[in-house]
Amino acid sequence: MALKVLNIVESAYRATIEEQDDTILWTSTALKGAGANVDVLLRGNAVNYGVKGQDASGLQFGAKKQTHPPQLEDDLQRLMDKGAKVYVVTDDVAERGLERTDLIAGLEPLSRSRIAKLYADYDQIWHW
Amino acid sequence: MSDKKTITFALMDPPYENARCTTALRLINIAAQRGYNINVFAYEGAVGLPFTKQSPHPNAVHGHDADEEDHPLPHEWIDAIATAANANGGKLDWINCGLCVDERGVHEALDFVRRGSPADLWKCAEASDNTLVIPTK
Repeated sequence: MALKVLNIVESAYRATIEEQDDTILWTSTALKGAGANVDVLLRGNAVNYGVKGQDASGLQFGAKKQTHPPQLEDDLQRLMDKGAKVYVVTDDVAERGLERTDLIAGLEPLSRSRIAKLYADYDQIWHW
Repeated sequence: MSDKKTITFALMDPPYENARCTTALRLINIAAQRGYNINVFAYEGAVGLPFTKQSPHPNAVHGHDADEEDHPLPHEWIDAIATAANANGGKLDWINCGLCVDERGVHEALDFVRRGSPADLWKCAEASDNTLVIPTK
């Protein structure tokens, strides 16, 4: 049976300016594009990746401008467009004062109490 | 699947920043001592672990010259682990994320280290009994 993996992203905004993306969302998208059966769970501060209207543009050191700042909500959408499920822990969303309406459409809400049950649907859990 | 165990590790931390790298290498070394087949996918800063330009140095605070200090070099640890794996009937396949190497300019690596991509991590995971991710924080 084909391997099925859940990538958990918890450390948020880790070098996203330098990388111009989140490296685990990037990896997940690359794997999904190659046909891998991988989904993503956003928890902790990483639930903020789903917030609409983020703008990380404007970085400039001397004359050197960053021309492609990270666009995490778009990266999530790209991942979902490739068929990956992206779960978001609703308790972590609420604890950060966010409403569901602050998030992009298509994310799968999941309460913290349901996480363990979700794990049972996967062969491996990769907690980044 | 044969009786021989195969395990895949995904590492993210660079050398000399925290204890996770040492802990990861301790675990990999245990697998080597047991003769397991070991895959390592080094992602982001972890591609610096097998970088062969790491150099020993003296330590005046310790009162040691470079020889006396015998400063640990992760690439030497990894080389020793690979030797131990081979001696015990296993093997160490170390894959450095190629784009991560390019970003950091750490192209000089141990001879057996090969360049790869997340697709290699996936292939390793598919062929393994299990996968352990040790991410950076």
